[in-house]
Amino acid sequence: MSATLERGINAFKEHLDAPIASFFSSCVHCGLCADACLFYTETGDPQYTPIHKLEPLRRVWEQEYTLWGLFKKAIGLARPLTDKDLEDWVPLLYNSCTLCGRCSMVCPVGNDLVYMIRKAREGMSASGNAPEGVKGAAKRTIEIGSPMGVRLPALKAQAKHVEKDTGLSVPFDQEGVEYLVMMSSMEIMNYPEYLEAIVRIFHQAGKSWTLSSEAFEATNAGIQIGSSDIARDIVSRIVTAAEKLKVKTVISPECGHAYTALRWEGANLIKRPFTFQVQHIIEVLDELREQGLLKTEGMEEEKLTFHDPCQLVRRGGVIQQPRNLMNLVASHFVEMNDSGKMNWCCGAGGGVSANEDADEIKMKAFNRKKEQLEELKVDGLVTACANCRIQLEEGMEEYEMELPVYGLTEMLAEHLVKDK
Amino acid sequence: MSGAEFLLWVRGPAFDMAMAIFLFGLLLRFLEIFLLGRKTDLSVARGNAMAGGVRTMFTRFLPADKNSFQRSAFTIVAGYVFHIGLLVALFLFVPHIELIKATVGIGWPGLPTPIVDFFTAMTLIALIAVLFHRLTHPVLKFLSTGEDYLVWAVTFIPLLTGYMAYHHLFFEYAWLLGMHILSVEILLIVFPFTKLMHTFTLFLSRWYQGAMAGHKGVQS
Repeated sequence: MSATLERGINAFKEHLDAPIASFFSSCVHCGLCADACLFYTETGDPQYTPIHKLEPLRRVWEQEYTLWGLFKKAIGLARPLTDKDLEDWVPLLYNSCTLCGRCSMVCPVGNDLVYMIRKAREGMSASGNAPEGVKGAAKRTIEIGSPMGVRLPALKAQAKHVEKDTGLSVPFDQEGVEYLVMMSSMEIMNYPEYLEAIVRIFHQAGKSWTLSSEAFEATNAGIQIGSSDIARDIVSRIVTAAEKLKVKTVISPECGHAYTALRWEGANLIKRPFTFQVQHIIEVLDELREQGLLKTEGMEEEKLTFHDPCQLVRRGGVIQQPRNLMNLVASHFVEMNDSGKMNWCCGAGGGVSANEDADEIKMKAFNRKKEQLEELKVDGLVTACANCRIQLEEGMEEYEMELPVYGLTEMLAEHLVKDK
Repeated sequence: MSGAEFLLWVRGPAFDMAMAIFLFGLLLRFLEIFLLGRKTDLSVARGNAMAGGVRTMFTRFLPADKNSFQRSAFTIVAGYVFHIGLLVALFLFVPHIELIKATVGIGWPGLPTPIVDFFTAMTLIALIAVLFHRLTHPVLKFLSTGEDYLVWAVTFIPLLTGYMAYHHLFFEYAWLLGMHILSVEILLIVFPFTKLMHTFTLFLSRWYQGAMAGHKGVQS
């Protein structure tokens, strides 16, 4: 057995647990997961059936942890996993899965398929089979501090611009404040409106907050690549900064998997509970709304809909909050078919956007969103994830649709009651 | 071997052996699952894991939503028909209930035989339809392995032989009944080592997923 294969199999074994054994024992090959997966529905190619993407993991489970599988292997009835198998599964486990989790929602026997995909990627990454693009993003996050290579000076420069435009200060490294605000590179590079919105909203709400010069990047390529070690390093930086600054809450930016990384995986990665709480910016804003601290005026009159980021709804439980906020500033807010926890993925989450090999298929997958939007005939689309937003913008360009895409936080900031 | 001798054998030693393998297999399979263990989730819960787990155990009897149902309508409808039919034939046929009562001491009222007969015929047809679907649908054809067809056969044959025995079709009754019982024994032996295990493990799988989702405040 080659060293790479051995590392892969060991990683599979390390991550195989009772839920996975139960899931594989329960699968009846009914194929319902295919109908829930946009990579199957938009291509019609059966190899994209979610449960098939898990075949390498299933074979290791069967051949290592079931008596019948051990017997089959002993008499030569079961084919052991090879390096070639792992290579062949790269397009299935990375390029054509956004970890969106729709498949998990429809499985009649209750299999959490995306839970298994996340674990299967650990074996792929350990055996050196992660796609170059995602590997590069992970490497840059560890070495430079951000997947897109954004360094602190870039953020500082943006902060300066924001200070000039708003006349308000952008605090760095303030101890004892309530919130530590995290960013995603995408927001620093492409959507500077986000930081400006934060500054203005917190100023109006009278909340204390800070950025950290040691940890400002919340996205976590370790989660996408499937490397708990890398994911742990990235999360640890944020934990160290948050504990040093003694903040009450760390705010995940408008990014889906950054939220999953911090809110759900973080404590498990560092193997101890956090001393602070983690909230998505949308949760924070909805709390401010409830407390009467988010005072807005005027309404968007155009017909708008909200694209639910998968990691926020299905995998995160933030479902009602964005709707409350939409209704605060949009007078003509309509829901997409399948909205909320069953919403269709944009097609580029879970590392797909960082993976050049997936460029073509992610645009095919976008067709699902295109159809959802065409049914509605809206004037604009709002979301709360910078990664979704890039894919939505690129997808619409590809399909020649003209529809503006807004970040929910910025839209709220635009409607803040003006200082008297 | 005469029909009577055959019947005696399938009811005696063959039954005991099949039952032993079935029970040993079930125990083994559950041990294989539970011994793998599971890490405690250290993230702060938003919802109740236990409540989510119990909820999903039941809600997954129904399709996720209207659109998901429409997208997979044939699989879902045919699935309901043959599962309900199997349960009716297995647990509401009076001779079966009497056998269960004689073996474990618990009984319940059954359905009139013509009704069970109707359900059996319906199930046979549904099973043929799902087999046809499996052989023709691109996803199912692609996913299916020998095990899927084996499991189909060991489920179909007891139903078919039961139907034939009840209607005294083609063979001498003792042989028909013997074949029916033997086919059930084959089913019992195959059961723990194939996807037939989903009968029991689906509750566990649903619980795991429901609990993980419940912890996050999602109803899965």
